[in-house]
Amino acid sequence: MADIWLQFLLTIDATLRVSTPLILCAMAGIFSERSGIIDISLEGKMLLSAFTAASVAALSGSPWLGLGAAILVSMIFSLLHGFACITHRGNQVISGLAINILASGLTVTLGIALFAQGGQTPYLSSAQRFSAIPLPFADTMRQVPIIGTIYAEIISGHNLLVWIALLSVFVTGIVLYRTRFGLRLRATGEKPEAVDTAGISVTRIRYQAVLIAGLLCGIAGAYLSIAHGAGFVREMTAGKGYIALAAMIFGHWRPVPALMACLMFGFLEALAARLQGVDILFLGPIPTDLILVLPYVLTVVLLAGFIGRATPPKAIGQPYVKER
Amino acid sequence: MMRRPLPKWIDIGVMPIINIFAAFVVAGIIIALIGENPITALSVMVKGAFVYKGALGYTLFYATNFIFTGLAVAVAFHATLFNIGGEGQAMIGGLGIGIVALSLDPLLPPLLVILLAIPMAAVFGAIWGMIPGWLQAKRGSHIVITTIMFNFIASSIMVWLLAGMLMAPGQMSPETRHFAEGVGLLQIHQIANAIGIPMARSPLNLSFLVALAALVGVWVLIWRTRLGYIIRATGHSEKAVIYAGHDPAKIIMITMAISGGLAGLMALNEILGVQERVILNFTSGYGFTGIAVALMGRNHPFGILLASLLFGALYQGGAEIDFEFQTITREMVLMIQGLIILFSGALALMFHPLMERLYGMIAGPDSNTSPPKTKRAEHG
Amino acid sequence: MTQNPYSAKSNTKLPFAISMSGINKHFGLVHANRNIDLDIYRGDIHGIVGENGAGKSTLVSILYGFYTADSGTISLNGTSHHYNSTADAIAAGIGMVHQHFMLVPNFSVLENIVLGTEGGVNLTTSMTKARQMLEDLSQRFGLNVDLDAKVGDLPVSLQQRVEILKALFRNASILILDEPTGVLTPQETDQLFVILRILKDQGVTILLITHKLREIMAVTDRISVMRDGAIVAHLNTADTCAEDIAHLMVGRPVLVEKQWHQCDRGEAVVKVSDLSLNGSDNEANPILSPLDFEVHAGEIFGIAGVAGNGQSELLELLAGIIPPSGGSIDYHGQRIDAKTPASPLDIKSLGVAHVPEDRHASGIILPFSAAENTILGYEDAATSGRWNMFTSPALIHERCSGLMQDFDVRPPNPHLKSSLFSGGNQQKLVLAREMSARPSILLVGQPTRGVDIGAIEFIHHQLIAMRDAGCAIILVSVELDEIMSLSDRIMVMNNGKKMGILNRDEAEVKHIGLLMAGVK
Repeated sequence: MADIWLQFLLTIDATLRVSTPLILCAMAGIFSERSGIIDISLEGKMLLSAFTAASVAALSGSPWLGLGAAILVSMIFSLLHGFACITHRGNQVISGLAINILASGLTVTLGIALFAQGGQTPYLSSAQRFSAIPLPFADTMRQVPIIGTIYAEIISGHNLLVWIALLSVFVTGIVLYRTRFGLRLRATGEKPEAVDTAGISVTRIRYQAVLIAGLLCGIAGAYLSIAHGAGFVREMTAGKGYIALAAMIFGHWRPVPALMACLMFGFLEALAARLQGVDILFLGPIPTDLILVLPYVLTVVLLAGFIGRATPPKAIGQPYVKER
Repeated sequence: MMRRPLPKWIDIGVMPIINIFAAFVVAGIIIALIGENPITALSVMVKGAFVYKGALGYTLFYATNFIFTGLAVAVAFHATLFNIGGEGQAMIGGLGIGIVALSLDPLLPPLLVILLAIPMAAVFGAIWGMIPGWLQAKRGSHIVITTIMFNFIASSIMVWLLAGMLMAPGQMSPETRHFAEGVGLLQIHQIANAIGIPMARSPLNLSFLVALAALVGVWVLIWRTRLGYIIRATGHSEKAVIYAGHDPAKIIMITMAISGGLAGLMALNEILGVQERVILNFTSGYGFTGIAVALMGRNHPFGILLASLLFGALYQGGAEIDFEFQTITREMVLMIQGLIILFSGALALMFHPLMERLYGMIAGPDSNTSPPKTKRAEHG
Repeated sequence: MTQNPYSAKSNTKLPFAISMSGINKHFGLVHANRNIDLDIYRGDIHGIVGENGAGKSTLVSILYGFYTADSGTISLNGTSHHYNSTADAIAAGIGMVHQHFMLVPNFSVLENIVLGTEGGVNLTTSMTKARQMLEDLSQRFGLNVDLDAKVGDLPVSLQQRVEILKALFRNASILILDEPTGVLTPQETDQLFVILRILKDQGVTILLITHKLREIMAVTDRISVMRDGAIVAHLNTADTCAEDIAHLMVGRPVLVEKQWHQCDRGEAVVKVSDLSLNGSDNEANPILSPLDFEVHAGEIFGIAGVAGNGQSELLELLAGIIPPSGGSIDYHGQRIDAKTPASPLDIKSLGVAHVPEDRHASGIILPFSAAENTILGYEDAATSGRWNMFTSPALIHERCSGLMQDFDVRPPNPHLKSSLFSGGNQQKLVLAREMSARPSILLVGQPTRGVDIGAIEFIHHQLIAMRDAGCAIILVSVELDEIMSLSDRIMVMNNGKKMGILNRDEAEVKHIGLLMAGVK
């Protein structure tokens, strides 16, 4: 029994770690889409950031520089997306897709040029990464039944970026609902004309939104390669950007529900990893593929309206043009 | 300087070339940044695509894939539907071929198996396309998200089946057994050599002809049939289509079925034309390339043909570059593909104002079109 | 005119509230505003009238900072202003109530008002302060709205109040209203005018853009008439009349409502009995309560009402676009009801044609060429041969040419993209298409919305001609003038109910207005 309990705790612990990039990207998506800009390129930005963080960390030895560079690169690509969609009123889905494909190609091409390891970066030492931060008294607390174990296993021992991810949910909520920027941003996604005729620049707000999204994706990507992992591996985002998108939709474009969705999807992934090779009585090995495919299937079911309706911001996807 | 709206032939013919040129320039800059000579790289690419022995065959072989996936995306685009699910639809199309071939090849002569497998590829792909279509039409689920999800779901299904039920007995790798002898499309070099025309070896096969037929078929469908008219109308205005007495939901589903079917046919090229068994990941991202092809080709079969040839050359040339350069791999082709999608799709209008000014300079002020329509307030 | 041209409330001592001089604005080749000189007295209610496309909206958009003029100057209260953004205009004291409200439906009234003028980063404190200020404003101007209601749930007249409050919240001393009465019943319009007069008394200068001559005459002090981008006259309201203004708007004498003439009608070809339509919550709030009426051949049956009272749905029921929940429609004896619904194609085979209310959404497909639009709903005309599957461009082109000629659609070029035609020509094309099937029953919605006066005359003429030839016409329009000038009988709708059917000779505006507002 104690063993199952421990397994359960470890799974929850893993959930937090696995959900971190999802949470950051989902918040990024919320900022962008609430302002009216569809962002399919969470995946691509995350991939580029992961690569940048690992490369800079490897070359400079400092994970902080890696993080900073990753954020910068992600924001540059956000600007590109914004440039195409806002200034040139290009198709937002296509722009996002282009960035994703570009990211896949660019990361490997540059990776080979820099490190000649088939697209990977060299394995990073712990000095070059963000390591786990044990919280005070974790070891002593471990003895305390239940609460202690939870504290020791789940709460303590995460790296800084995990806490930043959780913080980002809180900050997103405050910004969106308690600041004037948030009010204006939400209005821009629903009815940009109302914002324009109130004397506020729709363009400016949308650019700010995509830049914030870039910042968050940058942290997400850096997390993957220099906090969670120990280097960049090609295609290491493995569809997480799309799952984050799904979580955002699941959460109806609101921060806390999206967080819940991310945790749920993260739990499924952690569970699948843990159940790999485990047999159910009489049935043989659990099909972990089935568990891993659940986030995608659940998103489709949600979108089909079978578990509530998911209505996006009204003006999303339509470039804003002053009528004449 | 007066700007003048561009005539259709410039819009369709010249603008794509400018967009590609821009993409190549950016790619060239990146290549230079990693220390290689972009011009050399380009020449290797061109030789690899057209000049070396068998190169043209390979180029056309890849182009066949892109024709199918490009047509798939284009047909859906005409109804303003973004079919990002070409990958998944092609995979499931391949599954269809596999199921037919594996179950029937001990029972029927190879030719019949092939003749049954070909439409099955389309049918399976059509089903995989129609489900997101149904979800969009009847439940309002955004087709971009659902088709992306369905790609992942298809991939999972393929892994599950090929590593499980359909796996060749006694094997360790996730793939089916080989189809029976003769269940495969003839390769064109074989036919050519048989009738006395020397031709280098390449995987180019009869599905190329099916692709060409599909190009013509799609053109006729979209511009010369009632269904095509209604599809295009639905893409612009669902309300108008309802007013005219049609059901947009039905049209959306039919369009996605056709689109999925075309993507499914891509499997012919790889599965029946080359592999003669079902393997994982035979789609290799070609579904996404189809998007680039459709964008570049402006959703018109002729443009798609040209764009497919270009991308075929890119992929084949890319393989050559991978071979000859230490520092550049096939991923560079992905990079160029992304840049092309960026310039042709999202930034398509970026060069428009410049071109309009140039055109205005060269051609002089406009005299025969009516003045631009102002949006009028809605009162009588 | 011997009396002082300026009214007793003479404001000549104060500088003009607005003074525009030499304003020009081009959009590409179109000279939307030509050398506009306009002076507006402080505290005036000043009307700007003109046809579609005359340049009124452009002019006030320049005033509101939405566009920048190519040349010319603007002075507000004596001081010259250069502003190139809406924010500047708002800061200068200009507020605008747009024709299509600039409100976020999901936000509350308070959030909408505060948007853009929050007064600080912290939203919660801003909103509390704003609430206080709005209580005061509501009292002063008699504009009562529930601040926490969701704007999307409010009726149109209240939404308009929110728009006005928005402007006042920003200390507007000049208020511009762009076509404010299009969506109001006559009674609500009167209420609006009461508010405007209160505003005027409190010193607000009001600019009223409208094409409704009756209202201009009722509430303004002075009028400027625009035509083809230029101002052709400045008038004192007291010294002029509707006919003169109409003449100035068009440049030639206009026959206001003189096309109708008596005509014998035939038998009833359309019989509607107990027709009803349920809403989304079934019978709780029906969209249409059981309706009965008949329409005869050789008759124009007008359906009047403020937009959104069920007329659009009634038209869609009649056209076969939506099936009825209860009751029936009989066309030439063929019954359509909930058990035997009909589609638009079925309707056509019964001899019914439909010119839809929203031309741009349903009637034509803007990116299509004119030729392709003439087969919308009539695809049979495009195909030949046994299978009836393949369309022939030659057939389509020929058909379109013919229709364009018959209805004087300009330019007569079937290849031209439909969006490049003027509103009037687009509408003529739609009418031509629908009449090509020689219908015996014609359903028409808002036939002259967004159409210039010349085309209006043509279309009205066509409708009357069709009636004379024996067609039964059901005409839905929110323009009461249009209904009254064309109809033989008028049915008024309110809240999905038939309020009454009047013969032409009994119809008068005040009574109809009451019926439109739901007062029997």
